[in-house]
Amino acid sequence: MKTTISRSLIGAAAAAVLSTAAVAEVESADPIKLTLHDWSGQLINTQIMGAILEEAGYNIEYVQADYIAQFAGLKTGDLSLAMEIWATTGQEALDEAVASGNVVNAGETGLNAIEEWWYPLYMKERCPGLPDWTALQNCAEAFATAETAPKGRYVGGPVTWGGFDEERVEALSLDFEVVHAGTDAALFAELESAYQREAPVILWVYVPHWAPAKYEGEFVEFPPYSAECYNDPSVGLNPNAAYDCGKPRGPIWKAAWAGFADKWPGAFSAVQAYTLTNDEMSAMVAAVDIEGQSIDDVVDAWMDDNEARWMGWIGQ
Amino acid sequence: MERMFKPSILVFAALFAATWLLAKFGGAWFESPALAWLMEYPKSWVLPLKDYVSAAMKWLVEDANFGLFTFTEFTRAIAWLIEQPYEFVRAVLATGFMDGVGRRAEQIVPPLSWIAVTAAVVALGHYAKSWGLAAIVGLAFLYLAVFGQWESAMITLASVVIAVPFGVVGGLMLGLLTYRHKAFEAVLKPILDLMQTIPVFAYLVPILFMFGFGPVSALVATVIYAMPPMARITTLALQNVDPEIVDFGKMTGCTQRQMTWKILVPSALSGLMVGVNQVIMLSLNMVIIASMIGAGGLGFDVLSSLRRLNIGGGFEAGIAIVVLAIALDRLSQALAERSTTYAPAPAKTGLFVRYKRSGVVAVILIATMALGFFIPALQTYPEGAELSTGAFWTESVKYLNINYFDQFEAVKIFFLNNFLLPIKRFFLGIPWPWAIAMLTLIGWKFGGWKLGLMNLIMATFIAATGMWEKAMITVYLCGASVIIASVIGIPIGIWAALSPRAGRVIGVVIDTLQTLPSFVYLIPVVMLFRIGDFTAMIAIVAYALVPAVRYAAHGVRHVSAELIEAGVVSGCTKWQILLKIRLPLALPEILLGINQTIMLALSMLVITALVGTRDLGQEVYIALTKADTGRGLVAGFAIAFIAIMADRVISASARKAKARYGLD
Repeated sequence: MKTTISRSLIGAAAAAVLSTAAVAEVESADPIKLTLHDWSGQLINTQIMGAILEEAGYNIEYVQADYIAQFAGLKTGDLSLAMEIWATTGQEALDEAVASGNVVNAGETGLNAIEEWWYPLYMKERCPGLPDWTALQNCAEAFATAETAPKGRYVGGPVTWGGFDEERVEALSLDFEVVHAGTDAALFAELESAYQREAPVILWVYVPHWAPAKYEGEFVEFPPYSAECYNDPSVGLNPNAAYDCGKPRGPIWKAAWAGFADKWPGAFSAVQAYTLTNDEMSAMVAAVDIEGQSIDDVVDAWMDDNEARWMGWIGQ
Repeated sequence: MERMFKPSILVFAALFAATWLLAKFGGAWFESPALAWLMEYPKSWVLPLKDYVSAAMKWLVEDANFGLFTFTEFTRAIAWLIEQPYEFVRAVLATGFMDGVGRRAEQIVPPLSWIAVTAAVVALGHYAKSWGLAAIVGLAFLYLAVFGQWESAMITLASVVIAVPFGVVGGLMLGLLTYRHKAFEAVLKPILDLMQTIPVFAYLVPILFMFGFGPVSALVATVIYAMPPMARITTLALQNVDPEIVDFGKMTGCTQRQMTWKILVPSALSGLMVGVNQVIMLSLNMVIIASMIGAGGLGFDVLSSLRRLNIGGGFEAGIAIVVLAIALDRLSQALAERSTTYAPAPAKTGLFVRYKRSGVVAVILIATMALGFFIPALQTYPEGAELSTGAFWTESVKYLNINYFDQFEAVKIFFLNNFLLPIKRFFLGIPWPWAIAMLTLIGWKFGGWKLGLMNLIMATFIAATGMWEKAMITVYLCGASVIIASVIGIPIGIWAALSPRAGRVIGVVIDTLQTLPSFVYLIPVVMLFRIGDFTAMIAIVAYALVPAVRYAAHGVRHVSAELIEAGVVSGCTKWQILLKIRLPLALPEILLGINQTIMLALSMLVITALVGTRDLGQEVYIALTKADTGRGLVAGFAIAFIAIMADRVISASARKAKARYGLD
């Protein structure tokens, strides 16, 4: 019993010594503020980065912030680092912030975002020919509900995600009606509900996400995306319409306050060096969201398993 | 009287019929290009108001300077001032005092143990009222510990503990100013109206710009939202202080300060405590929204659980919010009652005897803290002994989904085709100039030319900022929900008033509905009814039902006993008493309930945008996710204006009804 007390006292003392020692090494003892959002992948990503920076001796603070609203904080230096800016949903905001000169793009996280129409595997029997998109032209009715029949019902993401699904449906003459979910949670609630009943459903899914680990299914294969296909009607299958192809895929970026590199140069190079892979991330997200492990445990496990890797990033 | 009334009713019926015909059959006319502007407000006429607002905000945050310091420095200083007490309370209740930051941090002093906090609220319950109350709040806090919600609940409690004093003191000051200076009231009243009706999402972005990221912004938003009722109740309570007491103060030569703090405020205390109770409840209503910008706690648990479709986890955290709210509500109400009952000063005895309760709590606190080092279970409730109901909720929703989805679907389709869609077509079919004219006329009829003018200006604002179509979808969705909420709520309220036993059960259900964050049931409702207007309507009805029930119950209960006796004596049956005496006399109260139902329905709009609607709520939500100050505020004002127009017209007609039955 007594040892517990003395151990915790020693621990506190040791921590005090450590933190003063750390201050001596790093350029600034001010905390680096990392933003947290409300999805597990981002929390894992951010906390691994935070743990690495702490190992390098920096002080870290986590701040809960909205995905887009955080740019206001990154511009002023209220926030120092955002670990997940998806090219698919945040590119516009990131470009705008970088153009202001107050935010810098700190490179790719190594994660690649895929967003596309997605269906559960049991729909393959009801609509032979999938995953090729042309199958959808013939079996829209298999995806219909009472409200949309005879048209199929496609559940799109929140309008703020963009995605041009109405245009895509038009350009590829798919007999579908696009319904927009208001949030991510509502979107996957539709999937969960349909999957429980094995009812028809086709919706916008993105990865890295826990859904493909929980539900069996596939992405629809549309003609591959190109910038011309989006901008120029004459490109693509339909000579009179743009958006006659799939959605763009793209990296997930790290974004930092412009003053970051001057204030904590060592930390900034570690941030730039940091990369994960989609497979690593999917496994960790599944461990948290499906198996119910805590984020701390998952982060600790990654840190233990990949010591050589992150030691290299902090130059040790 | 009767004779004067009839023609105007006829005129209004005719105008309504004309509007209906226009909406139903006008479509074909307005397709011609020359008349198209009547249906759709032309884009080239839209005032770019939102751009002006955004530009003004940018200037304020980036360039505004008071000479010695900039505007941003000023707001950040305020943020710092709020942050200090918050960090302290949070450390005491939830996290403990830490050395260092992040993962390396070591706890120097642990937070108050769960046993100590529970003992403290039990003591407070006993002090405020009785052992009964002590048991209720004690059980509530025990629930938080046993069901594994302790730490999040304490973080939420910490933000309530800080937000409430700011809200109360701010509201009290505004109320006092209004009481003293009539001119101030004219300025303040519309501002309070706007504070209550503009959705929080609309001013979240500017608050983030001004106060930075983190819990402080969440606290500021909470205070803005929770303060108006306190200001209103303060003014009302001060005005109701017995004039003899005021005269007495004048006679004894009180200064203004003495008059305020020694005479007015103490005499109005019971009224003021009602305001405090409201501030607490509204602060708890805000936890979900506050957690979106960094408040953490139970609100964050609800959000992140639902994000991973852990419905059970969302329910558990949501019910913890309800439990916390009910405990704080009962405690503050008991303290309010206690503050008005005279208690003789205790005889002078020893220190410990006089402060027996505080003494016991202090002993428990010190004992658990010291022993906690050896027996961790005394400090933090052991994880192994936690219970969870999460699986039950998840499985229930799954069961309903698998077995009853088709029935739900049939009900939904019926409502959509026979109720929602006709209303939607009606509102979207009215040409906007005609609608503005009708609104002006209604305002003029019920509240004189001033109300008519106000309606004209507000409706024109909505059209001129290019919000007309979204505003009509808003009116349709809220209107349909209010009809359903009233049809369900008013009979339940009457039932609650007539049968005390049913009243108690209904009371608990209503309290739960009011404090359970709607996001908790929004996601299961999406699973059972899919994304769409019907789902949004269910969520709005569930929330907006509450005042319809409350006011109806209150109105029916408080019909004068003499009148009912008169009915009994003259041989009325039970139904006659209800229909001919109780209901007509409760009508003004019921109308006020409907008024509140409309207000709550409008305040739910932003939440239903999370499901996927196409109304003003969605506009505000889009602005939030794009951090567009101007867009959010303009849409927020449009919602506020709809609310204010509805409020004024209904209040005015409630006054007329009161006058007609001679209740004034």
